[in-house]
Amino acid sequence: MENNEKVPLQKVMIICSKAALEDVYAALVMANGAVMEGIETKVFFTFFGLDAITKKTMNKLHTATVGNPGMRMPGGLPFPTLLGALPGVETGVTKMMKKEMEKLDMPPVDEFLELIEAGGGEIFACKLAADMFKLKKEDFHETVKDIITVGDLYAMCDGPGTQIIFT
Amino acid sequence: MTTKTIAGVNIEVNEEGYMIDSGQWTEEVAKEIAKEEGIELTDEHFKVLEYIRNKVASGETLTIRGINKSGVVDAKTFYKLFPGAPLKKATKIAGVRKPESCI
Repeated sequence: MENNEKVPLQKVMIICSKAALEDVYAALVMANGAVMEGIETKVFFTFFGLDAITKKTMNKLHTATVGNPGMRMPGGLPFPTLLGALPGVETGVTKMMKKEMEKLDMPPVDEFLELIEAGGGEIFACKLAADMFKLKKEDFHETVKDIITVGDLYAMCDGPGTQIIFT
Repeated sequence: MTTKTIAGVNIEVNEEGYMIDSGQWTEEVAKEIAKEEGIELTDEHFKVLEYIRNKVASGETLTIRGINKSGVVDAKTFYKLFPGAPLKKATKIAGVRKPESCI
């Protein structure tokens, strides 16, 4: 028998494994948006994504100017990869991105995490990646609730209205 | 678009219950819409509603960050005052259009 019953989204687990500015913001915007919709929200940072919750690096994320086919010059012309490799270009591009983001009232990473936490969202770091990068709880931003294993992550994702989103 | 009688006044609302004409808003109307959302309005709520109405009237985009920095209420309290989907609920009660921002 066909089951047409719709189960509303009740919980999301958003996983962020990359440290590029746009990857981290994709995860943060999705997480904050979920919190604002009243959806139970958990964010799991792993591998290079840990940069986004490490105090030393979290507000210094860059956008990649090499190996990023979506990059355009202002005005829409293609952005040559070799240009992206020149010293200072990545910094300049990142600065421009951040300026545009600020115009849209997108907060810096630490402030964004605090907003997510204020709404009841929970932030976690991956144990395996933390061990690999030799990072401890005190290296992470205070919004990080715990360092957890993959098993812990899946245990948190119970319930029929739950989705795991990998950004 | 439908017409709804809220606090004795005929008010035009859209299909999601947001008021079409913000000028029809009164504190009594707010109280009644809030009740439908399961919220009993206090002075603190009204301060937030006033902030939201002013922001929208001046054509600014509402964001959770803006509310956190407003000096009226911090994000945590805002979530407590309007539990569930705070910005959606608060704008509905404030008699303004539904926010279009993603943040």
